[in-house]
Amino acid sequence: MLTEALALSAVLFTIGVIGVLTRRNAIIVFMCVELMLNAVNLSFIALSRLYGAGGQVFVIFVMTVAAAEAAVGLAIIISIFRHRESVNLKDINLLRG
Amino acid sequence: MMTQAPVPTGHPLADTVAHYVWLLPVLPLLGFVLNGALSITAAAKIGPADPSAAGHDASHDAHSGGPGADVHHADSHDDHAPVRHKHATLSSIIGPGVMVLAFVLAVAIFAAMRSVDMTQPYVDTLFRWMPVSDMKVDVAMQLDPLSMVMVLIITGVGMLIHIFSVGYMQDDPGYPRYFAYLNLFVFFMLLLVLAANYPVMFVGWEGVGLCSYLLIGFWFTDKANADAGKKAFIVNRIGDFGFLIAMFMLFANTGALDFSGIAANLDKLPVGGDVVTAICLFLFLGCTGKSAQIPLYTWLPDAMAGPTPVSALIHAATMVTAGVYLIARSSFLFAIAPVASLTVALVGGLTALFAATIGLKQWDIKKVLAYSTVSQLGYMFVGVGVGAYAAGMFHVLTHAFFKALLFLGSGSVIFAMHAAYHGTHNHSDDAQDMRNMGGLKSKLPVTWVLMWIATLAIAGVPVFSGFVSKDAILGAVFQRAQGSTLAGASLLGIPGTAILYAVYVFGLAGALLTAIYMTRMMLYTFHGPNRTGAAAEALLKEAPWIMTGPLVVLGILSAIGGWLNLPAFLPLGPEGLFDKWLAPVLGAATERVAAGGAELSPGTEQALIAGAVAIAIAGIAIAVVRLKPAALVPKKDSPEAAGIERVLEHKYYVDEAYDRAIVQPVVTGSRLVLWKGIDVGIIDGLFVNGSALLARATGWIGSQIQSGQLGTYAWVMVLGVIALLSAFINVH
Repeated sequence: MLTEALALSAVLFTIGVIGVLTRRNAIIVFMCVELMLNAVNLSFIALSRLYGAGGQVFVIFVMTVAAAEAAVGLAIIISIFRHRESVNLKDINLLRG
Repeated sequence: MMTQAPVPTGHPLADTVAHYVWLLPVLPLLGFVLNGALSITAAAKIGPADPSAAGHDASHDAHSGGPGADVHHADSHDDHAPVRHKHATLSSIIGPGVMVLAFVLAVAIFAAMRSVDMTQPYVDTLFRWMPVSDMKVDVAMQLDPLSMVMVLIITGVGMLIHIFSVGYMQDDPGYPRYFAYLNLFVFFMLLLVLAANYPVMFVGWEGVGLCSYLLIGFWFTDKANADAGKKAFIVNRIGDFGFLIAMFMLFANTGALDFSGIAANLDKLPVGGDVVTAICLFLFLGCTGKSAQIPLYTWLPDAMAGPTPVSALIHAATMVTAGVYLIARSSFLFAIAPVASLTVALVGGLTALFAATIGLKQWDIKKVLAYSTVSQLGYMFVGVGVGAYAAGMFHVLTHAFFKALLFLGSGSVIFAMHAAYHGTHNHSDDAQDMRNMGGLKSKLPVTWVLMWIATLAIAGVPVFSGFVSKDAILGAVFQRAQGSTLAGASLLGIPGTAILYAVYVFGLAGALLTAIYMTRMMLYTFHGPNRTGAAAEALLKEAPWIMTGPLVVLGILSAIGGWLNLPAFLPLGPEGLFDKWLAPVLGAATERVAAGGAELSPGTEQALIAGAVAIAIAGIAIAVVRLKPAALVPKKDSPEAAGIERVLEHKYYVDEAYDRAIVQPVVTGSRLVLWKGIDVGIIDGLFVNGSALLARATGWIGSQIQSGQLGTYAWVMVLGVIALLSAFINVH
């Protein structure tokens, strides 16, 4: 049971990483980040059966932070869109050296 | 760490006025501070809008192109009166005043010293200066017969010269500055001679060099004067290097730097060994710089660019004799280093003769005296070189009298000449060139008589002071050549006896030339027809009493100074007072050098004296017979000299040779290697611009990594995570 849960978590996390690395749309990259967070949540839950409730407590924290992050992140993306009429990460390189 | 050391007890001088020995240097230092303050406050008030602004140093611009280097007093423009410094009166009280006080104190200490047993020096430790591990250097003053002699010369002759300066510099715009420097010089000079160890002595040694530089370049707006000051300073640095090395070696080998400490550890230095010889030779290198001996003598004639009283005080009577004092003070070292002593005597003898030949053909009255000083310093080194330390020091004393007199006398002449030229608006003729003088004896009778006394003294005419001192030196050379530790030693394979006989011959030849060039100077300056021109001739007059007064005192001392150290064959009074006075300090070293020799037989001694007297008289006679002051024409009409005379007039081209051999290569090397190569190439190019380039290059590389593309950053991060994870997995 644990093995399957961890394997699903690993698959979800990898999908998230690949999404972050390959996609150029800021919204999709953002969703991939959320996917990685939730993959980690899944492994927390799975492992809490072995190691106690600490993992479940962490999941609550992660979800809270993810909610806050979603609010701030989406606000930033909207703000960028208003300036540039694009959420393509290729166009967002203001800090180029 | 300024701990007041306990008052030295147990010494018979401890409870006398000698306790105030620290006041001796402090008095002139006080004078320096006060005069310096006067000079600075006056200078601060000068602004461009103030018409009296030209009063201070600035006015030198106007007359720096004047006739000679010695542009002084009354040297303002023709369209307004001489600018007397507004604090001149105050300075004339402070400057000579502190000297009078110092002299009175010196005489009081001298009187106290006479009545006590001075076999041990009286050392007054003021405070500990450098407590570093084993090295403990105190600021301490040592009173003994030797330092007392120098203190009396410095304060006594110094006082007279300060008084003379009141008249000589009266209208100089830099009047308080002059006295500030002069007081500072006396402070350092007293520190030099009173020091109880080499480091404190070195401070004085450097300090007098500084004051010499400041005073040679006193009229610094004229570039030639500033250059002369620099030359003196730089040439002296070469010698000071030797002094420093000698101090390092002394400390390394004896573990002490104070005179009594080194003397107590003398057994650590093998007699005649390489170490003590090297120490003495390095010390002597210092002396050749400070006391203008071959090969470092060239700065002294140039030093005549300073005011004439400065030449009298610093470059004749006191500072330049510091080298002789150093050797006398280190006599316990030189006495066990016969090779070094022979070198000192040989260099002294060569310098005495060499400088005298140059003096034969100089036209500038001060240059004649400058080469004469170099020559006489040579005699002093011959004296201390052959271990006749007291005789060498006695020549320091008599030379201080007659050479100060000669310089001040020449100052009086230049003062008169300058005033006359100034009065006739003559700015083209040189007030110091003897070809422009002539027949001054009726115009300056006091100066004339006194300068003849000094001339007879320096020429070595019997009973005058110079005869006694010079004869003592030459007699000692002859005696040492017959048998002594020096005669037994050898220098570069030449036996000491041969060297000493050669030095004796140099000394005699130098004495002959001395008599000739001094008589020549007197004849050309004071005798024959006047060559100043009728208008200027009418204005020539004797200097005021404040200048002639010190001359008279020095004249009396030059005439009878020999009485202080009468030889046995002149039964005019007590014999050898000076030798006996110095015996506690110098006696042991003298005996050590003289060991193995015998007293000269009366017959030999009389023959030597007769020879010396004959040579002095012959020199004067040759000059009187051969020279024709009447045939002389003013400088501007004089033809160029030819042949050997030309070589002498150009001082054997030594300055030119040094310029080619040393100065130019150094300048060229500095320009091409140090400036263009090291400074521009390596320091500016490699270090400064190179490090900037390095920072820019790494910055550029860093900026290329910073692409601004989030995707790239994410890739790098993931790769990093993978790398880290795989590293951890491999470890476990």
